[in-house]
Amino acid sequence: MQSLGISVLFKGMNMQRLFDGLLVTAKIAFISIVIGSFLGIVLGVIWTSKSKWIRSVCRIYLEVFRIIPILVWLFIMYFGVTTALNLHVSGEITSIIVFTLWGAAEMGDIVRGALESLPKHQIESGKAIGLSFWGLYRYILIPQAIRRMLPGAINLATRMVKTTSLVVLIGVIDVIKVGQQIIEFSRLEVPTASFWVYGFVFILYFIICYPLSMLAKRLENKWNG
Amino acid sequence: MIKIKRIIPLAVSVVLALGVLAGCSASTNTSNAKSSIDEIKERGTIKIGVFSDKNPFGYVDANGKNQGFDVYIAKRFAKDLLGDESKVEFVLVDAASRVAYLESNKVDIIMANFTVTDERKQKVDFANPYMKVSLGIVSPDSALINSIDQLKGKKAIVAKGTTAETYLTKNYPDIEQLKFEQYTEIFEALKDGRGTAIVNDNTEVIAWAKQNPGFTVGVPSLGGQDTIAPAVKKGNKELLDWINNELTALGKENFIHKAYDVTLADVYGEDYKESLVIEGGK
Repeated sequence: MQSLGISVLFKGMNMQRLFDGLLVTAKIAFISIVIGSFLGIVLGVIWTSKSKWIRSVCRIYLEVFRIIPILVWLFIMYFGVTTALNLHVSGEITSIIVFTLWGAAEMGDIVRGALESLPKHQIESGKAIGLSFWGLYRYILIPQAIRRMLPGAINLATRMVKTTSLVVLIGVIDVIKVGQQIIEFSRLEVPTASFWVYGFVFILYFIICYPLSMLAKRLENKWNG
Repeated sequence: MIKIKRIIPLAVSVVLALGVLAGCSASTNTSNAKSSIDEIKERGTIKIGVFSDKNPFGYVDANGKNQGFDVYIAKRFAKDLLGDESKVEFVLVDAASRVAYLESNKVDIIMANFTVTDERKQKVDFANPYMKVSLGIVSPDSALINSIDQLKGKKAIVAKGTTAETYLTKNYPDIEQLKFEQYTEIFEALKDGRGTAIVNDNTEVIAWAKQNPGFTVGVPSLGGQDTIAPAVKKGNKELLDWINNELTALGKENFIHKAYDVTLADVYGEDYKESLVIEGGK
């Protein structure tokens, strides 16, 4: 007798395993978003430098991460670095490194864009009242830039959460992989398992990504109001 | 600030250089002088790459435990090499990166339903096989196809891009092919009577026929036969020899047959054991 598809979610340890997988996804995404955003802001500030040399290095760094697919980066870091340096790094750490570097690159670009979009008189007025370089950024430019970059940054964060599904290819067992394992295990007994499992995984991703959108909306309302 | 301004681009360049370096030298071999088997014994665990989503060969059950035909044999390897079957560390691999896992020393052996091909032989060393696969033909009991010649002038159902499609096009151009994108579609098509029989990988058709009474695999093996074997890193002769000897020894107790009974019999049935299993490495 064919059992109802949804029962597959509650069989054995399946539910527990899905949440463990979700935890891995969330951990990789959260750590990389936090560190990546911080580095990105630093990178964005450096990017606005007048030195052509510094600007082009930043540019190359961004383009390298934007042009080369994240999957290739994961492979380079996971297999390439191991083969070249005989240094074993776990798949999870590798993912965090790659996602942080990627997040920093994209975030840097967003911050740069926001900083450069600020009217020039903001900088000039800041200098006129005698603010130091740090003060200028700390009190005038960064607070204004953060408002402008928020939509882009939230978009980046949700993209990073979703892109973590690539980590299965370097052996990290995230929520998608657990889902596939469950589907494949019950392929013959419960042919409709894929609908229920992927449906549930969709809800799990929603649980992670939706609060980010909510947060962005609240902050925007707060600042506009 | 000047200092920070200088340091960060420098750090960025170092990271980049590292990435490029890694990319370029990915093919260089880091050969270690120490014998590979001693290294495994010293470590106390053997790392074997298996699938986690290919039921019934390598999968994870509802309790999160690795199971399946490949896993069963891998556990026995661990038992015979290290004295305890729990001393195997299963690395869950994906089809596309199986070779890379071996090349980067992340696993000692790959036993993830790894089909022996000439292309792969250039990158890894295959031990002797423990399983064979080929094409199979499934048809309704009412009009059973027992040989490929019976299909001439009739419609054969195939999935696009499979070995079956290539094989029929090349060797039997006079058999009309009805092609579908998805595996599920070919089975529906046969049930609807849109074609006479399905030609596909024999493991797939055998498993399906077992689940669907009224259909029988009249031709369990057809065309070129592919073998499935454990693989080790290129040049790891010591471990390769150990696996081959182990397979020979296991052959004496018909161990692969036992593995079939435990893990595959439910899916494929007893009838096809001899069409799938290779005992003793030959």
